[in-house]
Amino acid sequence: MLLETIFFYLFAAGVVLSAVGVVFLRNPVHSALSLVLAFVFSACLWLMLQAEFLALILILVYVGAVMTLFLFVVMTINLDADIKKQTFVHYLPFGLLLMALLAALLLFVLKPAHFLSIGQPIIQDQDYSNVQVLGKVLYTHYVYPFELAAVLLLVAIVAAISLNPRQPSNKKTQNTEKQLYIKRADRVRLLSMPTEKKP
Amino acid sequence: MINLSHFLILGAILFCLGLTGFVVNRKNLINLLMCVELLLLAVNFNLIAFSNSLNDISGQVFVFFILTVAAAEAAIGLAILMVFYRHKHTIAVAELDELKG
Repeated sequence: MLLETIFFYLFAAGVVLSAVGVVFLRNPVHSALSLVLAFVFSACLWLMLQAEFLALILILVYVGAVMTLFLFVVMTINLDADIKKQTFVHYLPFGLLLMALLAALLLFVLKPAHFLSIGQPIIQDQDYSNVQVLGKVLYTHYVYPFELAAVLLLVAIVAAISLNPRQPSNKKTQNTEKQLYIKRADRVRLLSMPTEKKP
Repeated sequence: MINLSHFLILGAILFCLGLTGFVVNRKNLINLLMCVELLLLAVNFNLIAFSNSLNDISGQVFVFFILTVAAAEAAIGLAILMVFYRHKHTIAVAELDELKG
């Protein structure tokens, strides 16, 4: 139990510090990498909560795909001018104060004394398979939401591809029609010049 | 001794941090999208903690769907961001004033 507590505080500190980095680091690449770190620490905490399947999904889908997409976009876009020009807004202290108040309220509500009746974590058996239990529920009770999620991903694919413009304006391409209809007179001009005499 | 409350407090701290980034950030749109991911992560923490302590797998199913929707949201959001950047050559949030709201 002591070991579990130590690991919880280790991973929780990692998550919170990486989240602070996401919010307050100035370079977007550093922010994205910090978010990757936050996801990895969260996956460790989810493993402690016996949600193995979701922890692995978080690593594979989020760190592997979504954050790669973020980094790809950050590196595609030239952000240097924006980073130097823009800074935090003038109502930063007011925003921080408001968030501190919200955090204090939530911490007051969520203190351990309020969760004594249901607060004990459940330790499953040795042969408990999180993937099996999740799959059984997902393919029976939640089969229609599952199919809707698949359709949603299809819509996301179609939207992301259709937002991509077909004809980039600044790209040099061949115009085959103009090439075929070109006349000899448009390209070559024959001049008749008198021959020069040798000196 | 770690119980449900610790995980809920961690989720609350994460949520407040994400909301702070959302409120004070006027630098670029990518950071806003990352803050949305942080908010969703905090919500997922709460759902998984309750799923564990109530011994109900439904919480994890909902986290599964939230992850799906968040992935779709990130893909479409980044596609819109690329289109916006191609039009305005900046992604500063202050430039998002086309509707004069």
